Amino acid sequence: MNITLNGKSYGTRAEHVAGLLREKNHRPELVAVEVNGEIIAKESYEAYQLKEGDVVEILTFMGGGEEKDTWRLGEHEFSSRFILGSGKYSLELISAAVEQAGAQIITLALRRANQGGIANIMDYIPEGVTLLPNTSGARNAEEAVRIARLSREIGCGDFVKIEIMRDSKYLLPDNQETIRATEILSKEGFVVMPYMYPDLNAARDLRDGGAACIMPLGAPIGSNKGLCTKEFIQILIDEIDLPIIVDAGIGCPSQACEAMEMGAAAVMSNTAVATAGDIPLMAEAMRQAVEAGRKAYLAGMGRVLFKGASPSSPLTGFLREEN
Amino acid sequence: MAYQEGMERIDTDIPRKVIKRMEAYDYHAYTEKEVKAALAKENCGMEEFEALLSPAAEKFLEEMAQKARGETRKHFGNSVYMFTPLYIANYCENYCIYCGFNCHNNIKRARLKPQEVEEEMKAVSASGLEEILILTGESRKMSDVEYIGEAVKMARKYFKVIGLEIYPVNTEEYAYLHGCGADYVTVFQETYDSDKYERLHLSGHKRSFPYRINAQERAIRGGMRGVGFGALLGLSDFRKDALAAGYHAYLLQQKYPHAEIAFSCPRLRPILTNEKINPGDVHEAQLLQVVCAYRIFMPFASITISTRECERVRDNLIGIAATKISAGVSVGIGEHLEGEDSKGDEQFEISDGRSVEEVFHAIEQAGMQPVMSDYVYV
Repeated sequence: MNITLNGKSYGTRAEHVAGLLREKNHRPELVAVEVNGEIIAKESYEAYQLKEGDVVEILTFMGGGEEKDTWRLGEHEFSSRFILGSGKYSLELISAAVEQAGAQIITLALRRANQGGIANIMDYIPEGVTLLPNTSGARNAEEAVRIARLSREIGCGDFVKIEIMRDSKYLLPDNQETIRATEILSKEGFVVMPYMYPDLNAARDLRDGGAACIMPLGAPIGSNKGLCTKEFIQILIDEIDLPIIVDAGIGCPSQACEAMEMGAAAVMSNTAVATAGDIPLMAEAMRQAVEAGRKAYLAGMGRVLFKGASPSSPLTGFLREEN
Repeated sequence: MAYQEGMERIDTDIPRKVIKRMEAYDYHAYTEKEVKAALAKENCGMEEFEALLSPAAEKFLEEMAQKARGETRKHFGNSVYMFTPLYIANYCENYCIYCGFNCHNNIKRARLKPQEVEEEMKAVSASGLEEILILTGESRKMSDVEYIGEAVKMARKYFKVIGLEIYPVNTEEYAYLHGCGADYVTVFQETYDSDKYERLHLSGHKRSFPYRINAQERAIRGGMRGVGFGALLGLSDFRKDALAAGYHAYLLQQKYPHAEIAFSCPRLRPILTNEKINPGDVHEAQLLQVVCAYRIFMPFASITISTRECERVRDNLIGIAATKISAGVSVGIGEHLEGEDSKGDEQFEISDGRSVEEVFHAIEQAGMQPVMSDYVYV
């Protein structure tokens, strides 16, 4: 049976809470368990029957307390920092890719979600994963707003990634139109995630317009060229008090790691995984790279020694003459 | 402490944030490790700024100065801006126990007449300066906004850059003064410790801590191009005050990215003959530490070094972190005219009485370029 365990979809053979704890190697006396929002008394662990679709949280207490490294989009909290795209590869592989990537958010183009009938992408996305419909195909704010409303209508939830391209050659996002769409959609209660060209002024306008995060591109989409806009993304990370999610251009795990080392809140990638020889394996590699980069950021990067010549007359010599 | 009649309230959370961060700042918690990490980082954030202001950073003063100089050169090249303050009135309604202008001090008071203001300005302008800072004592009665506005209009004729250091006013008054031609407003908070503030400012408009702390934000809203910050280091815990002024500027820059930011670092000099070493004293080393921390934290900000400091300190600081220096300074009223006796007494004793020409040459001697203004008023 499938349940949601600590925010992730999980297939279990256990019938009751006690069985689930055994299956996950937890000692009952060291955990607290919540099912569908209710805390379960320890003496009821054997008696509490699990059913399909239950949302289970197992909270463990660890020595010294485990630091929870999570990040937020609006009201929603995530622990995974890798957002996976769902395009460009066969639907059968989506589930394995999500699992190996440890992704909690997966993007999908509404154009694909709306096919209906056979080969509907929605049938392949594991339960418990947050859907992030994007507005790709939109050429201006009005079209993006229409697509976003439509996506909410067909059950894709409140998240929306705004992608507005007026340029079909490089598919570069149109910042001005993206700002307009962000203002409109955030007022309508959407969790707005704007994809943008990394420009500080535009990012401020997006923030002021109600964006939940900023998604600057690292390189032209699909190019796998990595962080061509590194300096400008760093400026956004330093200046904007919202999660910065590097989107587009991340072509391999080392580049994803680099973005995380810089202090990005998350990385979004599709092509790098989709075009790999072994998609689930690359998804796993990306996850590990993102985690490594995040840890390096939290650890504080080591010192790069200054290699310039040191001047012979120090600048602080004048202090000796204080009287 | 409360707002007084006529004082505008604005909706802002900046003072609350500043005070909260300042109160939480435990500078003894920082060690060599954090200081080294801060010096190694390319971008200095609040954490790093806090480390650089800590006592642990004092051992790294030379490294801080090197880094600060690098940042200064990166953002300002070898330019050093020159200006002079012009005191047009010294009437004051405040009782600030540390200030020579305070209303209980029996000093010679004066307010220049429009014609005298013009003569003073002509004299300053003739020395080659293009930037002027107009100052008054804090008396709304004796130096009302309109009077100051007239002085600004006059200054427009002789100078390219006009700054104001006057009592805090409301947004629309700042807008009026901006319309007259002023572009920069500096307000010294003196100390960000509100209890201490209350004990030092016994009466007058200045007693309203919240009205004063929001002055810069009102000035920006009123259209001013830049705002200046500063605590009088040594009045209270100077590390906390330096931190608060920096964070105050940081938050305003975040909220109003177009605003230009300036710092001044006046200090109360410790009595050096006093044998007791007071950890709260601001010696030259601590002053240098604060100035370098500001430079590293906000590499783009203007930093002014006033004539409270002596020639040696000033000349060294412009080589490291300061970017603006006053010259030909008189802090009395009406002293720029040759053969004229002061019409009003001075606010404090200056330690660097060099003329514009002398400071100009000192800057050149140090291999830097004196700049009179690089600004076109629009």
